[in-house]
Amino acid sequence: MRDAELIARILDGERELFHDLVRPYEKAVYHATFSLLQNQQEAEDAAQETMLKALKNLGNFRAESKFSTWLISIAINESRARLRHARVLKFDSVEEAPTDEEGGFTPSVISDWREVPLEALERKELRELLQKAIASLPEIYREVLLLRDVEEFSIAETATALGVSEGVVKTRLLRARLTMQKILAPQLATKRSGVLGLFRKRAGGSWF
Amino acid sequence: MVLNCRHVWDQISDYIDGSVAPELRQAIEEHLAHCRHCAAVLDSTRNILILIADDRTFEIPVGYSERLHASLQEEIAGSK
Repeated sequence: MRDAELIARILDGERELFHDLVRPYEKAVYHATFSLLQNQQEAEDAAQETMLKALKNLGNFRAESKFSTWLISIAINESRARLRHARVLKFDSVEEAPTDEEGGFTPSVISDWREVPLEALERKELRELLQKAIASLPEIYREVLLLRDVEEFSIAETATALGVSEGVVKTRLLRARLTMQKILAPQLATKRSGVLGLFRKRAGGSWF
Repeated sequence: MVLNCRHVWDQISDYIDGSVAPELRQAIEEHLAHCRHCAAVLDSTRNILILIADDRTFEIPVGYSERLHASLQEEIAGSK
């Protein structure tokens, strides 16, 4: 196994190999920090700190989980710590956190939705729309959505990285996904002209 | 097993992940075949997930990788 072998060699003194170990995951680490911090510079600083902490603590890594899961959980903890710090500075720590209670959520019911053209993503406006929707999610939903749907972690890996049960991951994921649908589906489906007109043109049929 | 729309919405995430039991899956599919609202909710959710999984949704800052490895190199060299 690639990671296990590299880790063994790094711990054995070939520290330069750490570059190769983390290279496949550096984007994922940035995605994790950015999705929580929502600021490029902060996210990059947190990503760098994550990697430095991983290097310093590599001896504590236990092979029961995947290296990538361990690394991302460091990234999430680093970002959470920065968010907590920022909240304390803003005297904003009483912000109410959402709960994991079931039920009551209604998605946006649009009458038709077919094909989504991926090339539309090259359009800045759509990217911004997606990022804004993700940014508007409460932190606990943003984390699961990022790990499961952006980084494509399994439910079990997501649970390990976040330190919660698989049941909690599933509940949060349902809320996160339906919230994204509720925010985005009407915007994507009803834009009649301009940059998102492509959706309409491609999909055809009725959107209403 | 007959499901209403709310039951389907409650299962939609597990359904997308393919983790619902066969009997429930069949009931969901029967509902979807007759309910275009739920079918649209499913399609739109799925498509939004495809969009957010795309690499281009989160751009990486220019020079991120270089700066990251430079700072790692400093740490690696410094602790030798």
